[in-house]
Amino acid sequence: MTRYGQVLRALGPLVGLVAVWVLFAVLAGSDFVALDNQRLMLVQTAVVGTAAVGATFVIASGGIDLSVGSTIALGTMVVALLLDAGAGPLVAALGGIAAGALVGLQVGCAVAGRPHVVAASLVFGVVSVLASEPLGIALALLVAAACGAIALVAGRRHLPQLELSPFIVTLGAWGALRGLAKGVGGNQPIYPDDRGLDGLMSSAESVLGLPLGVWILLAVAAFAAVLLGRTPFGRNVLAVGSNVRAARLCGVDVRRTLVLVYVFGIGCAGVAAVLQYSFITMGDPTTAGGYELAVIAAVVIGGASLSGGEGSIRGTLVGALIMTVVANGCVKVGLSNWVQEIVTGAIIVGAVALDRSRRASLER
Amino acid sequence: MHDGVATGPTAASRRGSLVLEGVGVRYGATVALADVDLELRRGEVLGLVGENGAGKSTLIGVASGAVRPDAGGMTLFDEPYAPISPLEARRRGIATIHQELSLVPHLTVAENVRLGSLPTRGPFVDVARANEIAREALRRVGAERVDPRTRVLELAPAERQLVEIARAVAEERSFVVLDEPTSSLGRADAEHLFDLVEDLRAHGVGILYVSHALEEVDRLCDRVVVLRDGRRVASFARGEYDDGLLVHAMAGRELESFERKGRAPGELLLEVARRDGRGATLRVRRGEIVGIAGLVGSGRTEMLRECFGLEERLVYDFSGPFGDERVARSPWRRGVGLVSEDRAGEGLALSRSIAENLCLPRLDRVARAGVWLSPSELGRAADAWCGRVGVRGAGVDSAVRSLSGGNQQKVALARLLHADVELLLLDEPTRGVDVGAKAAIYRIVSALAQGEGRDLPCGVLVVSSYLPELLALCDCVAVARNGVLGAARPVEEWDEHALLAAATARDGGFA
Repeated sequence: MTRYGQVLRALGPLVGLVAVWVLFAVLAGSDFVALDNQRLMLVQTAVVGTAAVGATFVIASGGIDLSVGSTIALGTMVVALLLDAGAGPLVAALGGIAAGALVGLQVGCAVAGRPHVVAASLVFGVVSVLASEPLGIALALLVAAACGAIALVAGRRHLPQLELSPFIVTLGAWGALRGLAKGVGGNQPIYPDDRGLDGLMSSAESVLGLPLGVWILLAVAAFAAVLLGRTPFGRNVLAVGSNVRAARLCGVDVRRTLVLVYVFGIGCAGVAAVLQYSFITMGDPTTAGGYELAVIAAVVIGGASLSGGEGSIRGTLVGALIMTVVANGCVKVGLSNWVQEIVTGAIIVGAVALDRSRRASLER
Repeated sequence: MHDGVATGPTAASRRGSLVLEGVGVRYGATVALADVDLELRRGEVLGLVGENGAGKSTLIGVASGAVRPDAGGMTLFDEPYAPISPLEARRRGIATIHQELSLVPHLTVAENVRLGSLPTRGPFVDVARANEIAREALRRVGAERVDPRTRVLELAPAERQLVEIARAVAEERSFVVLDEPTSSLGRADAEHLFDLVEDLRAHGVGILYVSHALEEVDRLCDRVVVLRDGRRVASFARGEYDDGLLVHAMAGRELESFERKGRAPGELLLEVARRDGRGATLRVRRGEIVGIAGLVGSGRTEMLRECFGLEERLVYDFSGPFGDERVARSPWRRGVGLVSEDRAGEGLALSRSIAENLCLPRLDRVARAGVWLSPSELGRAADAWCGRVGVRGAGVDSAVRSLSGGNQQKVALARLLHADVELLLLDEPTRGVDVGAKAAIYRIVSALAQGEGRDLPCGVLVVSSYLPELLALCDCVAVARNGVLGAARPVEEWDEHALLAAATARDGGFA
């Protein structure tokens, strides 16, 4: 492809972003273009944007993650539980991120043909819950760890190395994780005292005029862009997504790559969960419903291919911003909710259609 | 739409032709076809030959409505013909049988044969009649053995190809385009296809026959048109040409006949033997090219894959410095490289760039500290290798898909150079590759075995079904039959007949 073509390709979704922004600027006027509203839109992008950055890896590797919303809900519960138990904000935040990464490990192992890891984790979880009543927490964890280790060894030997489709695995996780989120809080939301995580998304803790949450999104995105674009791991992810057999032939450790993709990708959903917690300042098992589809939309509007092998972090950010601009703009114009939903749906399909036709014309 | 199977006498009496005038197609900066004139008359077989990337596929696409020309025009029966889709082309009377099959695997043979125009009784599909039509069409292509009621996914590749051809026959078109129709057929089925082509011609059907196999063109075609770099460079009537003339027109140059230099084999690199002790032991030494001949399905590919760690080692034992189990776990890092027989399915990640494909096994070699990959360094490395093996076409940042088959294969081979391997495992290295690229590939491989530009020469194990290739390239050749290897003998002791006889000895024939 020519230099000119590459520039066009890189700019593509950005042109769409400018177009919808200008459209709403004209329709809604000063209300929409106000600096405060720009800041608000960035904040509104933070949660979906952070999760979408991770999902870019998943989709570029040829997979999909339908469980993002449920993971975020579970993450807010973990953060709230930790804060409630007296943990500091950093520990709680790391706990939320770890919850996402752990979910990612399970999904990745199920997708990559490592079912014994999933089985061992389940054994560990179930035993530690059941044994905590009679034995006490410390002893229960010890017993559970022993049982988990046995399951790991036995599973490795006896379980078939079945590679499951990511669609199925995350469809299951979509329901199961929401159930788990409800379970850990006894089917109730958790309202911990403010311990310093509540300000991430407000101007209370702003750096250079932007809330910390926006900077977290940008930091995660910058890291992910380097990881995808400038490391052998990133190239391996794209190679696996493009042609898994060719990747295997070239000595790419496909299993390890996939597990890492989901650990990182869903780990980003854990970061998004921390931001979501800060937004709603409670642990809510029903929050973030439908976010999985907003995340996928952001990634594909950004130019990734759902069949794998293509994806860019910059594009995903632009895609997430387009979604926010549309939602925010519709409100400012005063459209009712139902019109807004129709417009959003149309924009998703339209943006991807435009992108595909632009690419087809570049390839001609 | 026509109905029924037999080609009626009215069809034969109606004259007419498909004419292309000044047709041109561009893809971005690449000219795929330029100013091509072609006339396909009813009742004749027109051969279309050319190297990979010469524009044959594009021309087929134009005629079958899949590609719209940027310049020129077409007429069909003296009326303007500008199909907007393959469906319209079929309605206007042009059936195309593509190399990549276009059958629906989950439907039955009969449903596939009449897909788009299934016979109905009231609102329902008339299954009995569909089966009958399909059975008759299959009989005409010599595939009575295929039951119209089986689902296509249960059929072998050769049978699928026959179903595809039967569909074109059942549609009863005025023109049929055959794109490499024998590529997946055994000899008996191919013979039947040749009979069918002659039968169709006798019934007034015009056939465009696209093939790499010059002997097929020679046998069937009334006229031959040669494409090169998107242009029509020559055309011959039957009897006006020989193979040398065609190859010369296709390549645009006399192919220097490939000269095999004497090589002195060095130390042993790999030793292969069956675990059950049947057959001979195969040895590959440094500075030596060892070939394995045999029929498709004789276990040769499996042997390479077991050696390379792509399949579990069940049948063969490997020893020697490169036969180790550890080598199979990370072959590229330990100096073994493989070129797959399935270029699109396994060899290359087509949507990724040339540079990435080329460097994929050893990205760490172009990454600073093994983790920081600079695109410019990746590009520079890939550029150098592409220059060495002569990849022509797009720049290294373009998708591999944009290259012609021969150049794609050069990328797959350049990968072994980049990984700096010492033992090369080549599985059908020139399948679907044009004459020019073949010669280039032979030069690269033999230079590696010669040790040109390296500290030590490489050892090469090459599996091929193309016998002239083995005879030209290898120092010694072994024949595999039913999974058992015969003893390797110096190439001077073999000729094509001897190899073919050894490969087919027990079965006594093809297919």
